[in-house]
Amino acid sequence: MDGIVGSKPALRWVTHITVALLVILWIIPTAGLMVSSFRTGDQITSSGWWQAFSTQEAQQPAIRITGDEVQEGDAFVIEGRLFANAATISAWGTSSREPEAYAPGATADIGDGVTLTLAEDGAFRLTAPNSTADMRLPRVFTSAATAPEFTLDNYRTVLFSPLAGQSIGQAFLNTLTVSIPATVIPILVAAFAAYALAWMQFPGRAMLVAVIVGLLVVPLQLALIPLLQLHNAIGIGKGYWGIWLAHTGFGLPLAVYLLRNYMVSLPRDIIENARVDGASEFQIFVKIVLPLSFPALASFAIFQFLWTWNDLLVALVFLGTGNDQQVLTGNLVNLMGSRGGDWEILSASAFVSIAVPLLVFFSMQRFLVRGLLAGSVK
Amino acid sequence: MNPALNAVIVIVAGVGVCVSYFWLANLVLDKVIFPARGAHAGRNITRANRVRPWLFLFPALFFVGVYLAYPVFATLWLSLNDRAGNFVGLRNYNRMFSEPKFGESLRNNMLWLIVVPAAATAFGLLAAQLTDRIRWGSIAKSIIFMPMAISFVGASVIWKLIYDARDASLPQIGLLNAVWMQFDGGIGSVLMLQALPVIVLVTMALALGFGTWLLMRGLRGARVPQVILRLVLAVIALVLAGVALRWAWGAVVVSLPYGRPQQWLQLPFWNNFFLMAVLVWIQTGFAMVILSAALRGVPEDTIEAAVLDGANPFQIFFKIKAPQIIGTIVVVWTTITILVLKVFDIVLAMTNGQWETQVLANYMYDKFFRAFDTGMGSAAAMIIMALVTPILVWNVWNARKEMR
Repeated sequence: MDGIVGSKPALRWVTHITVALLVILWIIPTAGLMVSSFRTGDQITSSGWWQAFSTQEAQQPAIRITGDEVQEGDAFVIEGRLFANAATISAWGTSSREPEAYAPGATADIGDGVTLTLAEDGAFRLTAPNSTADMRLPRVFTSAATAPEFTLDNYRTVLFSPLAGQSIGQAFLNTLTVSIPATVIPILVAAFAAYALAWMQFPGRAMLVAVIVGLLVVPLQLALIPLLQLHNAIGIGKGYWGIWLAHTGFGLPLAVYLLRNYMVSLPRDIIENARVDGASEFQIFVKIVLPLSFPALASFAIFQFLWTWNDLLVALVFLGTGNDQQVLTGNLVNLMGSRGGDWEILSASAFVSIAVPLLVFFSMQRFLVRGLLAGSVK
Repeated sequence: MNPALNAVIVIVAGVGVCVSYFWLANLVLDKVIFPARGAHAGRNITRANRVRPWLFLFPALFFVGVYLAYPVFATLWLSLNDRAGNFVGLRNYNRMFSEPKFGESLRNNMLWLIVVPAAATAFGLLAAQLTDRIRWGSIAKSIIFMPMAISFVGASVIWKLIYDARDASLPQIGLLNAVWMQFDGGIGSVLMLQALPVIVLVTMALALGFGTWLLMRGLRGARVPQVILRLVLAVIALVLAGVALRWAWGAVVVSLPYGRPQQWLQLPFWNNFFLMAVLVWIQTGFAMVILSAALRGVPEDTIEAAVLDGANPFQIFFKIKAPQIIGTIVVVWTTITILVLKVFDIVLAMTNGQWETQVLANYMYDKFFRAFDTGMGSAAAMIIMALVTPILVWNVWNARKEMR
């Protein structure tokens, strides 16, 4: 069919180009942050991330001359290289007012007989009539072309050295602590309820399904204040117990709805044969329905995991803000407030927080799609 | 104790408690309360079977009751009390309605409600229709779908880098400003930034006008609820068409600040759209996946017949496919609408409601967790609930129809 419709070459080209545009538009934001997370802070502020792969001609941050001095005749000399990596200097200077005063290879007179020569490749030679031991060595401003360079330092910083008392590594563990129980428990509770709603006859069943469908839509915001008061009243307060219970409650309507829809579609014969053979409802559920419902269980598990991992609101309300309870999303919001301009920290932190969901997403996309379809299309 | 260890114990204990509850409850029911032996064996089995569904349902109903149903009423009650717990009637609502920030939130939420579902569904439909027809479509789909896995906060960081602005003398590191600085006010800029938007907006206005005409044409002979629905939709379409035309005129006469980097998130009114872009970016994948499945479900023979009759691809799409998946489009639209009403993370992380970007969910959070005013916070939550209620009723009504 598509062959017939898409047989016009012009139209096919338009299709290809439009899709390519969409894909580029959709991947660029994430790609930008990802590239930035592998650059140093100086690189990020001196050029856009889209220029990270090409050689950059840019103003470099000032570098103070250091090195061991050597006496050559009656002059004291310091020689060395300005950059650790390959760079090509196009202009340089010794004051921030005139950062491009000299051409590469030229010699600058700094005063008191001190002269500085800087070659194109960053090699410098400082000569002074007296010892430079108690002298403040000059700073050098350069405009240089530097080769593309990437680093893992940002990740090392955010993972292992706590920023303002909050370490991302700890937040990572906290998030894991929140999301795994909050994923496992609702599945079990929902599976039994879904089975009852799908395969057991009792008065009020249709109404219960309708109630579950209605609760699917109830905004979370409504539940926050009364539940926090309830948790405080029964002594749970703010902490992991509170958030586990809250996520279980909030996830249940979707879980019951998805699982029931799936279980209803299981072949009636299998279940009725088992009943005739004398299996109890509990046995039917555990031995037949549960294994057959694996795809639906998996898709809900992925949903719930992504949702609990990515959640901010519930964590803000039901968890404390101490280092042992701060989750990744909360941490990221704090960083955006306090270090909004430090893109090397922000981008690496953001990538640590979205790495796990992305991994889950790409490895289990099939189940996710199936779950979405079961939840929305009839 | 280490929380991670705690979590492991909770998983094991939770699973253990769940399983043993179900197993033991069944055992007690069958062996102790209604044993299937003795004089009343038959009657006991029937009774046990009557009780069993409720055993299975109890934990779920308990959680849902405590964590979702009870809060609706509790919040309603709290919204009628002041922060000290004294009954004040509707005074909280009165105070809220007179606050300018609340009006701003309501206005912004309406903007979000119109723009985000429409844009995400439209992009999703476009992506679904096009990716199904090319060989690398599945890779394209994966990429467009990927933002679904990224948290709203993560997405906010990602987009904040795009919107970053620095002094004109420095190199721009935000992509949008880098592109913006390429425009210099010449003929190319006028074509791209004025002529193109005008064309798009006028086309939109014309399409909306055409939609109104279609709605009015079907008015004769329709039943009363249909007539009301059509009239309401027609009025909305006309208003939107008017807005589009006004904006088109605005784009004609506007003088743009070329050569100056813009703080995109601080431009009043327009910054809302820059925030919405984030949610559209996330939700398009969702719309695409579902609509793509629906498109594939369209019977082949209807398309074949259209092709044989000489329909072009656009006619096939708009006249054959679109009408057959209209139900799915509505489902996608309402799902995104519900999500939009609860949108909170993006606004909190990117602007925290400053520069006239406040929305209801963040307003509510502000009232409760920063001003510690439970009454006003609850009242704001009730407004969100009120906005969701029509969708809730519609969903329940549909579900009941299906059960019969």
